[in-house]
Amino acid sequence: MSESIQESSRRSFLGRLWLVLGGVALAEAVWIVVAFFQPRRRSGARDAETIYVAGPVERFEPGTVTPFPDGRFYLTRLADGGFLALNRECTHLGCTVPWVAAEGRFVCPCHASSFDMRGEVLGPPAPRPLDHFPVRIENRIVKVVLGSPIRRRVVADSQVTRA
Amino acid sequence: MPQRGDHSPPLAPEGLVRRVWRSVFPHPVLPRSERERRRTILEFFVLHLRPVRVLRSTLRYTHTFGLGGSSLTLVALMVGTGALLMLAYEPTPDRAYLSVVALERDTLFGGLVRNIHHWCANILVVVVLAHLLRVLFTGGFHGPRQFNWVIGCGLLGLVLAANFTGYLLPWDQLAYWAVTICTGMLGYVPWIGGWLQAVARGGPEIGASTLVLFYAFHTTLLPVLLGLVMGLHFWRVRKAGGVVDPRPSGEPPESEPQHVSTLPELLLRELAAALALVAVVCVLAALVDAPLGAAANPGMSPNPSKAPWYFVGFQELQLHFHPLFAVVVIPVAAVLALLAVPYLRYEPEMSGPWFLSARGRRSAALAAAAGAAATAVLVVVDGLLLQSRAGTPGLIGRGLLPAAGFLVAVTGFRRLLAARLGAVKAEIVQATFVLCFAVWAMLTVVGVFFRGPGMALAWPWG
Ligand code: HEM
Ligand code: HEM
Ligand code: FES
Repeated sequence: MSESIQESSRRSFLGRLWLVLGGVALAEAVWIVVAFFQPRRRSGARDAETIYVAGPVERFEPGTVTPFPDGRFYLTRLADGGFLALNRECTHLGCTVPWVAAEGRFVCPCHASSFDMRGEVLGPPAPRPLDHFPVRIENRIVKVVLGSPIRRRVVADSQVTRA
Repeated sequence: MPQRGDHSPPLAPEGLVRRVWRSVFPHPVLPRSERERRRTILEFFVLHLRPVRVLRSTLRYTHTFGLGGSSLTLVALMVGTGALLMLAYEPTPDRAYLSVVALERDTLFGGLVRNIHHWCANILVVVVLAHLLRVLFTGGFHGPRQFNWVIGCGLLGLVLAANFTGYLLPWDQLAYWAVTICTGMLGYVPWIGGWLQAVARGGPEIGASTLVLFYAFHTTLLPVLLGLVMGLHFWRVRKAGGVVDPRPSGEPPESEPQHVSTLPELLLRELAAALALVAVVCVLAALVDAPLGAAANPGMSPNPSKAPWYFVGFQELQLHFHPLFAVVVIPVAAVLALLAVPYLRYEPEMSGPWFLSARGRRSAALAAAAGAAATAVLVVVDGLLLQSRAGTPGLIGRGLLPAAGFLVAVTGFRRLLAARLGAVKAEIVQATFVLCFAVWAMLTVVGVFFRGPGMALAWPWG
């Protein structure tokens, strides 16, 4: 009698052990799959921080926007002489926004969001200002630190670099 | 000839060819008697997914319009042409576009095969949606067919995923920006949006790893899944005894339901429909080329940039709703509603004739007209209001309020159907579905034909 109870509890213990082991194996398999789906870090050169040398300060007139297609950003020089490097990706869904010099603003071709030269939203549907990159000025040379673009809720003076 | 059992050894010695043949096809290949037909269906792997016998009444073409079989035919064509395309296609950003151009220019029939793949892909979406509507309108989702509706929804998802992943492959401007916009929408999912978007793109931006990811899904993972789930779908149709009987469910059962053998009655009809479809696709592919834009240029978004047409309704939502609603709330609610259709309480369950009844037909027509008209008006009104307004869309004004308004309107419409037409639950659910479908269809029409540069409302000819 007691032997058979022992027997059956041993069996149910072993059965449960198998179940647990199976669960562990499943979790491992899921982990492996998820690991493969993780975004590849090294896919774009953008991830590593690179310093982009834009040029001497004097090259940029105050109140202008200069595109850098190979760096994928715009360098804005504000009327007061401050610099801002803006990511060219629209914050709505990621289209590339062209600078429309005639209107003095960025206008997205995809859903018509518009931004002023500091990246501030002028028209929807974009939910936040254009992302930006840190700017450094060393020996009167403007350098842009390209890495992951910095998101911002509002445009603030602290984001502007002055010579 | 041995008569008893399948595996009894031959009585007389047979030649090698005949023995090999019999090892491959233990069942009759061209069955002559009813008994032989039965065996062929049960033992031939592909055929055993089909019912052995079906109701004669279900054979009428206008009952199902052969839409399920047509979907299968198109998928088969896609696998065939897709395998050929794989021989020419090179899945890297610098080679993809050039390899498609070279395929069209240098390979004999290269353009034709690409055209067939392209047109099949688009027709497939239309046909699968029509099949879904057929099942809905004939009430083919009750009882033993409940879960097959869910499986069908899975197939719809797989077909859309296959289309979407294929769309990127030519790596032209159309492909690049459509995928940018669609994966951009993922970024609005709360909390995990950024991660989700990076997963879908295989990295922080669209590039080589996106292409590899989409290529792997498109040519391996999705077709394999599609094949498996289709097998399950067909098996379930068989287990339910073939498709739903077209006679109204209230009628007393026939004293002696007339069954006919699937082989040849159903299979020959399906074969004829499939051949006709293949012919139509081939003619279309010979006459109209699949579009191929300029090579992808990450620096220049074309104006306007649109998603592929089956996602344009989704894109149109973006213009009217707060992203949280347009990307998460509304699509999730729509999918849940679609999955819930067979599990609602219906009393009585209605099935059989198209639109269930004369009353069902009238309420469905009313719903289609109301949904399409209201959507068109609202889009125009919103477009005009939006142009004079600035600022970012609010969660309440562009989310909660319009969504609540929609629910109130639908509830009112359902009340109206019940009070004025005396519609019962099954007819009301059908009409509600038609209403939502009409809204989606109208959004798609507006997005495809009436959106010009900057996504402003415009006439298609202006
Ligand atoms: C339901 C199944 C499928 C759907 C809906 C589908 C859809 C598509 C679409 C929309 C395209 C873009 C074609 C264009 O430029 O217009 C495409 C391209 C392609 N597909 Fe598929 N496909 C399917 C199955 C397959 C399979 C099974 C394979 C391979 C085994 C395949 C291989 C390819 C290749 C190599 C391309 C790139 C060539 C090109 O763009 O023309 N597809 N597919
Ligand atoms: C690749 C996609 C699909 C294929 C190849 C397919 C194939 C089929 C076939 C061959 C049938 C037999 C009757 C007929 O031809 O209508 C059928 C029935 C059915 N399908 Fe699909 N189907 C697909 C997608 C869907 C979708 C999207 C749904 C719904 C959400 C769905 C739900 C059903 C149901 C409920 C039945 C049983 C209907 C009845 O008994 O009257 N299927 N399907
Ligand atoms: S992507 Fe720029 S407005 Fe939509």
